[in-house]
Amino acid sequence: MPSFLQNGVVAKIEKKITEAFKVFDHEGNETVDVREIGSIVRSLGCFPTEAELHELLAKVEEEEPTGYVHLEKFLPVMIKVLLDRSYRPIPEDVLLHAFEALDENKSGYITKEDLVKHMTEEGEPFTEEEMEKMLSSALNPETNAVHYRDYISMMIVDETDDLPQ
Amino acid sequence: INIYTNTDHFLKFDQKCRTFKAAVLIQRWYRRYVARLEMRRRCTWTIFQSIEYACEQDQIKLHNFFSYLMDNFTPSSSKERDFISRMFISGESFKEAELEKYCDYESLEVPDSYTGPRLSFPLLPDHATALLEAFKQKQQLHARYVLNLLHETRKHLKQLPNISHVSTCYSEEVTVCGDLHGQLDDLFLIFYKNGLPSPSKSYVFNGDFVDRGKQSLEILIILFTFLLIYPKEVHLNRGNHEDHMVNLRYGFLVGLMTMSRLHGKKILKMIQNVFCWLPLATLIDQKVLVIHGGVSDTTDLDMLEKIQRNKFISVLRGKKRKESNRNVEIKEINGESQAEPDSAGNEITSSLPSQPRPTQAPSMTNRVEFSRWVRQTVQEQIEWCRKLVDISDSEEEELTCSSLVSLTDLDGPCWTRQEEWKQVSDILWSDPMPQEGCRENTVRGGGCYFGPDVTGKILEKYNLQFLIRSHECKQEGYEFCHNRKVLTIFSASNYYEIGSNRGAYVKLGPDLVPHFVQYQANKTAHTLTMTQRISRVEESAFRALREKLFAHTSALISAFKLYDKDNTGKITLSNWATAVESVLHLGLPWRMLRPQLVRSTADGMLEYKSWLDDLAMEQRSQEHIQSSLLEVIYRNRSNLETIFRIIDRDHSGLISFEEFHQTWKLFSSHMNIELTDDGINDLVRSIDFNKDGNIDFNEFLEAFRLPEGLTGRQVPGALH
Repeated sequence: MPSFLQNGVVAKIEKKITEAFKVFDHEGNETVDVREIGSIVRSLGCFPTEAELHELLAKVEEEEPTGYVHLEKFLPVMIKVLLDRSYRPIPEDVLLHAFEALDENKSGYITKEDLVKHMTEEGEPFTEEEMEKMLSSALNPETNAVHYRDYISMMIVDETDDLPQ
Repeated sequence: INIYTNTDHFLKFDQKCRTFKAAVLIQRWYRRYVARLEMRRRCTWTIFQSIEYACEQDQIKLHNFFSYLMDNFTPSSSKERDFISRMFISGESFKEAELEKYCDYESLEVPDSYTGPRLSFPLLPDHATALLEAFKQKQQLHARYVLNLLHETRKHLKQLPNISHVSTCYSEEVTVCGDLHGQLDDLFLIFYKNGLPSPSKSYVFNGDFVDRGKQSLEILIILFTFLLIYPKEVHLNRGNHEDHMVNLRYGFLVGLMTMSRLHGKKILKMIQNVFCWLPLATLIDQKVLVIHGGVSDTTDLDMLEKIQRNKFISVLRGKKRKESNRNVEIKEINGESQAEPDSAGNEITSSLPSQPRPTQAPSMTNRVEFSRWVRQTVQEQIEWCRKLVDISDSEEEELTCSSLVSLTDLDGPCWTRQEEWKQVSDILWSDPMPQEGCRENTVRGGGCYFGPDVTGKILEKYNLQFLIRSHECKQEGYEFCHNRKVLTIFSASNYYEIGSNRGAYVKLGPDLVPHFVQYQANKTAHTLTMTQRISRVEESAFRALREKLFAHTSALISAFKLYDKDNTGKITLSNWATAVESVLHLGLPWRMLRPQLVRSTADGMLEYKSWLDDLAMEQRSQEHIQSSLLEVIYRNRSNLETIFRIIDRDHSGLISFEEFHQTWKLFSSHMNIELTDDGINDLVRSIDFNKDGNIDFNEFLEAFRLPEGLTGRQVPGALH
């Protein structure tokens, strides 16, 4: 990117990141709880895995982990993430293929038991609480299954482009 | 070698890989979705809170203006005095004896057709259950019984100390409830889950029983009834909303007047008095201090115990002024011109402008002439007051409201009234903050922000274990801070909107370990998924925010133009965010909120004029009113409402045409708005609500009100 464009973009990205950070800055002293970093990074339009998130955290945490992350450490790392477009979004069709991979019978739905099994026994560690919350919106109570096309459309509708303009 | 088996394994392994990858992908997506929801939820919360506090600031500004007016305006005719003194109902306080006479209830006949509960004193538990049942059926209590109850409540409260004492020896548990804000359903839910007050069930209600919710009076009736039936077990603390000036703004009065127009005023006067007699704090087992707001670094429980708490009808603060200036003003008012000699002995004339002397009032028979004279005189006085305000702006002593509103001076103890007032104000208005120290609570205009060190000192000084307070809405109904030394308990669920927050109460046994019970008093909230709940609350918040944006259209255009020197009609989204914050001062994350506020952009640029036009169209249809005037009304609606209510002395909901003009004139000069007489006439004509030369101002304001929230609550101003 030509440098004269770069500067303007960086300034905008910086403001965006700072805003998102401050939403979680309860004490008003430019620090957030380390456990909120995931939410901040993801709400800025990134889709990291937990492993990738841990890598990022290693870069922004203090040498002596205090449980807090300072904005001044977070900012340069996050700017680079957004400029490099790391942890790119997952297109809708790729997400659909993923659900289809779990749907052995190609029936258009996944039973509750199967989904729970896949989420908790495969992939990255997925907590019970996360499972419950996912089911509460994904599960069709009448069929006790997840009709993933419907679920995807619901999630997609909520997505708007958060990437900095 | 069994090739089949090998391929089989290979296929299975491949399959396993694919499902594993698929799972990771879905999890990635899902976590991102949840994070976005969390961000939305927090942003929504921030919107509600910042609008709520911006509203409180309006109140302060308005009050400052009135304080000056009252302090410095010497009316020279009874009409003039009457009009201006109407602004200060608080100045009109009854001596106790007069109160009994004025608010008598015995002459009130209860018709045979009345089917509601009938109270007799002393009250019995059956009366309480009858009341609860009646209110569930949406019945009203007859004014006679309301007044009677208020009289008895006052008698009881008068003999209570400023700080109540509760012990967990007598009843095993004490239940502490926070803000209720007129939400009767929450009180019902608390009683349902926890049981009614009784000799074995103590309750402490920590203030803010009224305002915002629709059933403030019912809540008061129930609480006072239980207070009288179980005086040892039920304890009430005063909150910042148990305050006449605050009630004027937040709609408690509206409900009161519609309930019983005839007797509303008596009830109001009694309630105003009862509020002053509410205790200020409660101590549980000498170890847990329960106050509505918080503490400050000067909080002195010994002083609090000894002051005459009923002096403080309203605790809202006036504007700070220099003590020296004040002396000059007083001399000016008395007609002496004082010249202060300096060290060289030379006389220095005061730099303050002299107060204009009102000219001779014309005959009152000529209404037009008279009103014009009043208008002019008032205008002059306002100018003078405003100049005073401009001069005296730097650090100085506080002028307190208590000096304006207290009853006649009695033999008091050695503290200044100002010190006493600060004690009370700090208890009722303060908020905890994470940082150490103690500073003025400029957002609320009363009390302090107090840090964990302040908490620590208070706990140590009085040998306490922790503090319980309310005053701030919390998502989960309760929240600890200051290393679990301060507990906030908030009992009004769905406070901002259905699904916005839970309510909670806390139970303490002899071990003083808190146990919480949370609830949400709305069936709908339970059936919604997290996403739906967040969306709904979000919608409400954004509606309020868009209305606020509309109300600042002109200022926004000016701000945008600063970034659009070439007059292209477009600005970048980043500049949009900066400009909007510079106008609204809400401290919101505008870039995060942008997708909900700005739908269409072209190449990352926003056409701001058409965006503002879209906002305007969303507001309720008053197309026949000039857009700039509309903007003014929206922006100042809550202040206008308050002023109207103050002018409407008999609380009839009607003011005369003349008074409407006066009010408008007064207000527009205070706000520095240009509005001609023609402008006002147009306004009146187009809305067409004249009734026999009187104006129903509720109707007037209704035209500019947000549609009632999903909870069916009255929504004064932009938001609760």
